[in-house]
This record gives sequence, C-alpha cells and structure tokens, in this order.
Amino acid sequence: MTDTLDAAAFPMQRICPFDPPPELGLRRADAPVSRVRIWDGSTPWLITRYDDQRAVLADPRFSADSRKPGFPYQGPALKARRDRNRAFISMDNPEHDKFRRMLTRDFMIKRIEALRPRIQSIVDGLIDDLLEQGPPADLVSTFALPVPSLVICELLGVPYADHDYFQQRSRLMISQLTTPEDAVRAADELKQYLVDLIKVKEKEPTDDLLGRLVVSQLQTGSLTVEAIADMAVLLLVAGHETTANMIGLGTLALLRNPEQLALVRAAGDNTDPALISNTVEELLRYLTIVHTGRRRVATEDVEVGGQLIRAGEGVIVANDAGNRDASIFDGDPDQLDVQRDARHHIAFGYGIHQCLGQPLARVELQVVYGTLYRRLPELALAIPFEDVRFKHDMIVYGVHELPLTW
Amino acid sequence: MKVLIDQDKCVGSGQCVLAAPEVFDQRDEDGIAILLTDSPTEDQLAGVRQAARICPALAIELVEA
Ligand code: HEM
Ligand code: SF4
Repeated sequence: MTDTLDAAAFPMQRICPFDPPPELGLRRADAPVSRVRIWDGSTPWLITRYDDQRAVLADPRFSADSRKPGFPYQGPALKARRDRNRAFISMDNPEHDKFRRMLTRDFMIKRIEALRPRIQSIVDGLIDDLLEQGPPADLVSTFALPVPSLVICELLGVPYADHDYFQQRSRLMISQLTTPEDAVRAADELKQYLVDLIKVKEKEPTDDLLGRLVVSQLQTGSLTVEAIADMAVLLLVAGHETTANMIGLGTLALLRNPEQLALVRAAGDNTDPALISNTVEELLRYLTIVHTGRRRVATEDVEVGGQLIRAGEGVIVANDAGNRDASIFDGDPDQLDVQRDARHHIAFGYGIHQCLGQPLARVELQVVYGTLYRRLPELALAIPFEDVRFKHDMIVYGVHELPLTW
Repeated sequence: MKVLIDQDKCVGSGQCVLAAPEVFDQRDEDGIAILLTDSPTEDQLAGVRQAARICPALAIELVEA
C-alpha cells in the first residue's frame, strides 16, 4: 500500500448515499495510513482511524497553509483561488489564533444561546409559511437554506435581501465542477461585495459582528478592509451551506429511519431537549457532511500510526471514516442511532481549526430538529428515493433538493 | 481531582462549557475558557472528563489527587 504506484484514486465512490465510500472502511481496517492518488497526480497519505486523525489534527507539525508545497488541494478550482480570501482556516499559529480570537467572543456559548429565541421564531415563521402555502414543497429552498442564511445575515450584519447574490457565489466556490476561472471570479465578486458593505459600516458602524470588527479592528488600524472581508467571506460561506445541508440531508436520513424519526418527533421542542441535542450530535457524526477530508501538509518528518510521513508530504484526514470507527463509537457505528453517545465525533474537525461556528450550528439544528417534525408530523418524501440528487461534487455533502409532502 | 486550563492554547470552541457548565465558562471579552472551580465535585467529574477528552486544543489537564 505504501507503493505510490498502487495508490487508488481519491475521492472514492459512495454506494449508499448516507455512508462513506466502502473503500474507506477497508483501509481503516487494513491500511489506516496509506497513499491515494488525487486529481493532480500527487499521492498524499489518507488517514482513516479516529485516533490517528485526532493526533494529526492536533499536531502543529501538520500545516493547514494551502500555499505550502505538497498541500493536497481538493481540486483545481480550490487551488486557483487559494490566494484569494485567505483566512485563518488556512493559517497556522501564531497567525491563526490572532485572527480567530477576534471572533471567539461572538461565537461563545452564552452569546449564541441568547440567539435561541430569535432562531426559534425564524424557524416557526418559515414553517407557518409552508403550512399556509401547502404541500408539496422543496425543503431545501423553502426552509433548509433560509434558516441559516437569515441567522448568519443578522449575526454578521449582511442584508438578507442580497441572498441570491451571495448564495450563488458560495455555491460556485464549494462545487468541484466549477472551472478555476469561475471559482476565482465568484470569490472575487463575493469579496468585493463584502468590501463595499464594510466601507458602508465604516461610515456608520452597526451593532453586528462586522460592525464591531470595523470599530475594534479597522478603526484602530489592526486590520485592513480586505482582511476583514476575507474573514467575512469565510463566515458567510461556512455559516449557511453547512447547516443547510445538515437540515436537508438530516431530514432525509430520518425519513429513511422512521423509528428514529418517531423518537425525535416525540422529543420535539422542549419536552426532551437532551434527546434533541443527542440527535444533533449523532446526525453530525453519521452524515459528516464536510466529506472531502481535512487537508494538511507535513512540515517535518512525523510518524503516524507506525508510518513515517516525510516533511512536504500531504495528508488527507478522512473524518467521515473516523466517525464510523467501531473502536471509538459504541454499537454499530454504521447505523443511525439518536440515543448513541456521539459527542466526541469529529464532524467539526479537531485541533485549532475545529469549527468556530459549532455553537451556532448546534443551536440552529436543535431548534430545527426539535420543531420541524413536531409541527409537520406527516412529513414524507414527495418523489421516489432513487430520484433524490445528492451533492457528490460539492465540498459540503447534502441533497440538491428535497421535495416533501405533509 | 484538579482541573487546569492552558488559556494560550484555548481556541474558544465552547466544548468544555457544553460538557460541564458548572465547571467551565468563557471570558466575556474574548470567549476564552475560564474555570468556575478548579476542584469539581463527584457528580461533575464525568462532564469534566468528557471536556478534557473533546477539547480540540488539548488545553484541559486533569490532575488526579
Ligand atoms: C453543521 C454545520 C457545520 C459543519 C459540519 C462544519 C464543519 C467544519 C469543519 C469540519 C471545520 C474544520 C476545517 C478544517 O479543519 O480544515 C470547520 C471550520 C470552520 N467553520 Fe464550520 N461547520 C459548520 C457550521 C459552521 C457555521 C454555522 C459557521 C459560522 C458561522 C462555521 C464557521 C467555520 C469557521 C470560521 C471555520 C474555520 C475555523 C478555524 O480555522 O479556526 N461553521 N467547520
Ligand atoms: S474545549 Fe478547549 S478550546 Fe474549547 S473553549 Fe474549552 S478549553 Fe477552550
């Protein structure tokens, strides 16, 4: 397996749309640190065991800086826009913490928890609309995408009225089918949009995350408009595509597991918040929607799981495989079980880059899973399951649309 | 058992606060973790152990008495 000529093509094909490609499980058993061949012909190491994955992601000798030689890009479009919108997700320390700590206040548990009533009212309002309009409806466009978009817009201080503009561009940025030219253009346009918005806030600071950054970082001379816009692009894209897919794909997964859905529906709203919160963790683990692996490059020789990785070699941490590691998760990790203890999953990554938005994602999903199935108890798929289109070619996995009746 | 936090390592993920809210909190100014107590009671131990296990920044250390 260590022979670079043998390296199989990555990413591999899924068979069941809810499971990682079976090849990942085979490697986790027999070749947990082994080479794969990616789109540019290079052969980074694929890491498939949970313990090895956490070791790599917590180790500063593995760099997230995509400009370093040997970094395993997801595809040509991501490579082409690597110097655009450079934000702390692709920085190492000490630079990473300097930027991330400008935002950790806004995402801390207390402050996000204070948004729960507002998130509940957004969710209830969208469900009211669905009830009024009547079935069928596409859950993705009428609910899954608007919920996190409305929330992140309010938090950042971005006008929701512009959602078509930024949603189209973020979709191009996270699709593997986008040409490098289109990806670069989408990234530049989204950044310019935010630069313009920040300049407006510079004249008249607003009480929202971007407005506060204008006061605390721009007007003090710590950051440029461009640097703030780069962070804003990251937050805007990461802030709605992820949660939206957890709502769409999560709902489909529950519809396919009716006995699990029944448990969640019964726990709805505030009658059993512990089970709802457990459901969120289990669906994050089971679906691991950020499914193309965490990408890093070694800056020194490091041994991982008995295998020497040389300085300059790329690694791909397949956290979807780690989240199905039977030595870590009780019972059968390939089954969806909303009562399982899944709290230690790595769907948000691990190490210093572990998701900044996780408190927000959790509250959004708790409100959604706690409300949607209770208020629409007859929810059912309006098309044959075989016709559902899955996002195989997107950096964030999910369903393109989800036509439902109720 | 004593709990220690290395605030230089903390990335403000909030995982510890969710796992053991009686023991961990986050600083109002910047969301970095702080201790509400460094000597958790018996019934807080499970949550504290979970916090140390899931902290993404390896910033929580438990010293068994
Ligand atoms: C269910 C929803 C979400 C999932 C599954 C998810 C997943 C992830 C993952 C796997 C990473 C780690 C990337 C790496 O290690 O290379 C990450 C980082 C990040 N996420 Fe999320 N995310 C979600 C929601 C959000 C939301 C709602 C926001 C913001 C509003 C957000 C903002 C970020 C940011 C800023 C980073 C970079 C953190 C850093 O590098 O320090 N995410 N996310
Ligand atoms: S879990 Fe670790 S990184 Fe997250 S807030 Fe607590 S101490 Fe900081």
